[in-house]
Amino acid sequence: MTALLAISNLHVAFKTADGEVEAVKSANFTVAAGETVAIVGESGSGKSQSMMAVMGLLPKNGIAQGTASFGGQNLLALSKPELNAIRGRKITMIFQEPMTSLDPLYRIGDQLMEPLRAHSGLSAAEAWQRAIEVLGLVKIPDPERRMRSYPHELSGGQRQRVMIAMALANNPSLLIADEPTTALDVTIQAEILELLASLQKNLGMGLIFITHDLGIVKRIAHRVYVMRKGEVVEGGETARVFASPKHDYTKALLAAEPAGRKSPVPDTAPIVLEGQDIEVTFKSGGGLLGGAPMAITAVDHVSLALKQGQTIGIVGESGSGKSTLARALLRLAPARGRVVFMGRSIEALGKSAMRPLRKELQVVFQDPFGSLSPRLTAGQIVTEGLLVHEPGISAAGRDKRAIQAFEEVQIDPALRNRYPHEFSGGQRQRLAIARAIILKPKVLVLDEPTSALDRHVQKQILELLRSLQAAHGLSYLFISHDLAVVRAIADYILVMKDGKLVEQGSPDEVMASPKQAYTRRLMEAAFGH
Amino acid sequence: MLRYTLRRLLTAVPTLFLIVTISFFLMHVAPGGPFDMEKGIPPEIKKNIEHVFHLDEPVWRQYLDYLGNLAHGDLGPSYVILNFSVAELFSIGLKISAWIGAWAMVFALVVGVFLGVVAALRQNRWMDYAVIALATAGSTLPTYVIAPIYQLVFGLLLRLTPVGGWGDGSFSHAIGPIITLGLPQLATVARLMRGSMIESLNAHHIRTARAMGLSDYSVVVRHAMRGAVLPVISYAGPAAAQLITGSIIVETIFQIPGVGRYFIDSALNRDYTLVMGTVVMIAVFTIVFNFIVDLLYAVIDPRVRYE
Amino acid sequence: MSEALKGRSLWQDAWARLKQNRAAMFSLAYMALILLLCLAVPNITGHDFTAQYPAYTRVGPSLEAYPKAETLQGELQDVAKRARLEFKEWHQKDGRIFLTVASDKPVDERVTRYLDRSDSFKDAKVEEKSADGLTLVMSAAAKQKYFYFGTDALGRDLLTRVFMAGRVSLAVGLLAGFVAVVIGTIFGSVSGFLGGRTDEIMMRVVDILYALPFTLFVIMLVVFFGRNFMLMFIAIGAVLWLDMSRIVRGQTLSLKRQEYVQAAEALGVGAVGILRRHIIPNMLGPIVIYLTLLVPQVIILESFLSFLGLGVQEPMSSWGVEIAEGAANMEVAPYLLFIPTFFLSTTLFALNFIGDGLRDALDPKDR
Repeated sequence: MTALLAISNLHVAFKTADGEVEAVKSANFTVAAGETVAIVGESGSGKSQSMMAVMGLLPKNGIAQGTASFGGQNLLALSKPELNAIRGRKITMIFQEPMTSLDPLYRIGDQLMEPLRAHSGLSAAEAWQRAIEVLGLVKIPDPERRMRSYPHELSGGQRQRVMIAMALANNPSLLIADEPTTALDVTIQAEILELLASLQKNLGMGLIFITHDLGIVKRIAHRVYVMRKGEVVEGGETARVFASPKHDYTKALLAAEPAGRKSPVPDTAPIVLEGQDIEVTFKSGGGLLGGAPMAITAVDHVSLALKQGQTIGIVGESGSGKSTLARALLRLAPARGRVVFMGRSIEALGKSAMRPLRKELQVVFQDPFGSLSPRLTAGQIVTEGLLVHEPGISAAGRDKRAIQAFEEVQIDPALRNRYPHEFSGGQRQRLAIARAIILKPKVLVLDEPTSALDRHVQKQILELLRSLQAAHGLSYLFISHDLAVVRAIADYILVMKDGKLVEQGSPDEVMASPKQAYTRRLMEAAFGH
Repeated sequence: MLRYTLRRLLTAVPTLFLIVTISFFLMHVAPGGPFDMEKGIPPEIKKNIEHVFHLDEPVWRQYLDYLGNLAHGDLGPSYVILNFSVAELFSIGLKISAWIGAWAMVFALVVGVFLGVVAALRQNRWMDYAVIALATAGSTLPTYVIAPIYQLVFGLLLRLTPVGGWGDGSFSHAIGPIITLGLPQLATVARLMRGSMIESLNAHHIRTARAMGLSDYSVVVRHAMRGAVLPVISYAGPAAAQLITGSIIVETIFQIPGVGRYFIDSALNRDYTLVMGTVVMIAVFTIVFNFIVDLLYAVIDPRVRYE
Repeated sequence: MSEALKGRSLWQDAWARLKQNRAAMFSLAYMALILLLCLAVPNITGHDFTAQYPAYTRVGPSLEAYPKAETLQGELQDVAKRARLEFKEWHQKDGRIFLTVASDKPVDERVTRYLDRSDSFKDAKVEEKSADGLTLVMSAAAKQKYFYFGTDALGRDLLTRVFMAGRVSLAVGLLAGFVAVVIGTIFGSVSGFLGGRTDEIMMRVVDILYALPFTLFVIMLVVFFGRNFMLMFIAIGAVLWLDMSRIVRGQTLSLKRQEYVQAAEALGVGAVGILRRHIIPNMLGPIVIYLTLLVPQVIILESFLSFLGLGVQEPMSSWGVEIAEGAANMEVAPYLLFIPTFFLSTTLFALNFIGDGLRDALDPKDR
């Protein structure tokens, strides 16, 4: 097979204040016409930067060297007008950020027509026709009307469809897709992926798919390149790489898929936290001149009971109310319904009456960058709860407790005077966990604790959570959009949609016979069945 | 949109009312009155004059009278510049001030936006540094420094333009005031435009436009500049209101018979109606220009919708 | 127990970044120099900032000492004239100046005081007196005076006055800026932290104050309530805290939504602890940045008022006053305009660069 695009010996570097930083080191890729090639790697592996370099989209301080030959031309050596004759016409690219990738100030139609008119020399009327045609191709309902819409009037999934339509409008021979599904809701992800796969097949174009998700690679790619720290460590037929990975890193990546199961707790285990008929409504709008406020029901009469040592996984896509439910149970969000902790009704307790209970009910948030106060040291952050709940402890005593907590989450205690920005994402999440468990709580709410982390870090955090649960008899409420993770850690699953509890049961029950189409879509997104 | 306009008008009334009220009482709390300055006025005559202008009535009464007149669009007679009503004074002076102010704003916007865009496109090159230096100089050299230097260089040394005065209102009399009034605004506009343009050029949708192979012109002008101009517009609204209602400094230094000088003269003379008139004029212009800014926002950015 | 490694706080990071910024570091050094000059120079020039030397009005900047040899004769003649004596002859010897005067009446020996009283001479004494007493030879030492920056229209030393004015301008800038920041920070953080109705009302107050014609408001305050130094602070502070309160409110609102604040709430930390450990330390950066950008604004506003004669009053001075005087004398003595302008502008330049540098250092977007 002749290569459509052959990239050889590609180097990408960035000039920074601290000197040149190499992002890609002598990478080689090829794509044949009609072939789907995946480039897989974790964040910072250089997978996006290599394609940005090919498209001439590097930031101003970026330098690309090597060759990227396409149709007999070296893309890296072309002048801007020459490059503009190719990109948008023969090679196009779609990006990770569907919400911001379209110009908010122009109508969808204008944005679709502009590259058509620029490259194919179509008249306005022809471009309009073609734009409607491609909107139909990407299955946008009512394309005529959508042509007149502005981007903000479309959902994220629809905007990504428009991006794809724009990319396909000029019948390119190669499409580069840079994590096109990552920022989308799980159920939408599957749809976009399907769309891309079928379009690739029907139109016979080459597709380079950049992703961190091995599940996607397995599903759509003919061949795969694995990148790590700017280097291509392995490449080959997808089936071969998955079956017999050669490089250690590839092996580690494959092994990082969440695995294992949790055995259920005995029926006799006492209930630690119970929510009955929880309802949360938010008012939005309203005010002095804004008219009557709108009420939005975020959690709609949900009940659950968490037993000692149990892990309940709450699954759903963003906006399903899963986080709000947890916050209501922790009494961090105003809610109606009953909350019972250790046999005591706590829904009516005031702030100061709740304070002693906060020690028992702890929470770890999703964003390891946002949940640690940037101007406190790691030690201060981890021991902050002690100031409230064990005010008698001396500074030396707190330091000792900090060291114990650091050891428990497997971070070198010598780092306790460092500041959050000096830690990696995974380490920060460990610090957030340490901050919670230093108080020896009974219940720990984990709100998407692994979603912002790379797969192999995710696996380590899951293992840490398992061992902490075993050591302290903790009960977890584990919130996630990712059924694969939840299946590995929870022994009971609640599926939420639009604030309602739509399905529940043990992981095996739910997965074996999902009653709801919604649950099936979540499963497809997680496992690609 | 019509409903929004009406609502804006309705909220403008209380704002104007509050401004008038605060200024009115602030002014009357101050010691002295319009006819205290002229020494040698016998007390009886002063009393008579004050009676004619209703200044012997209680302050609340005067306040209500003023509000009543204002509601009819009557700004009253000037107490100090005899035989002139405040409205007449404005109709003479505002023409000149507004003419200078409007051209100064146009000059600042056109040149400032251009320099800002050029600097953003040449970020961290010498053009950029030159624009930054100019912008900093423009905002650190006050008008009352630029104006005398302009007079010295163009008026006295090169003898290209008159040193001051308004003459017949010809362009050679106006160019100095326009430039000195416009330069600080130009500096701010250039700085704002540069910042927002850099941000805009880094936006994801600009990357999309580049990836689609659109020309530099389309990327820069159609896609980057249109959004980047928004912060400049929200700055330019109040700034234009300020320029159009006259500048004390420029009108003093260039001896121009605009309305800017009433700022101080009227306050010094306790010319109550003229002070209030100036307050009302500035407030009205500010409200109007802020409204224009909002409308322009809606025109440029479809996400902004006023219902 | 393991020994803890040292961490690098964001403040230390910011300082390291600031040190890399050459323009900002140069500006910092320059500001330190200006501060030092403002504090020291008026005390060491030997001129009082109010002292007027009628003999030396509007003399240009020069490194040479006054009186100059070529002007001595004229000055001695002036002295003789003032004493109503006839000027005969003068010469210099051993560093002293000898003056011979005559009169048709016997000359009183106390005429030496006319020499002492002049700006140029000191230590006058009688050397010789003719027998008839009609001629007198006096000697005096020249009072050496330096006017490195020249003198103003009243014959005051510009060097002394410029730095005296600098003291006032900088003091007003720092104090009024500080006042505005304190008011704005308290108002904005209370508004943002309490939220809800209170926030709405407090911000409505700010909106209304914003709508007041700002220059006119300051002028009215100053004109109506007298030209008083304290009042100028109040007027300037009252106007400039508005921006600060909006910035701080925005910051507080966004900080309140940060996950680490939610985490602290989940730990049971009270309002005081959250403010003290989480909100305030994270707000200091923007406040410091804004303060450095506010100080030049205040200096401009002060000099604007002073230029109009509404600010600092004679004999005190500020850069605005000096520039106004310079503009009035621009045709004959342009240095009177250029020298204070130079110091005002370079100071504002430096403060701007420090502000920009601090913003880049404390709030790096590319992280």
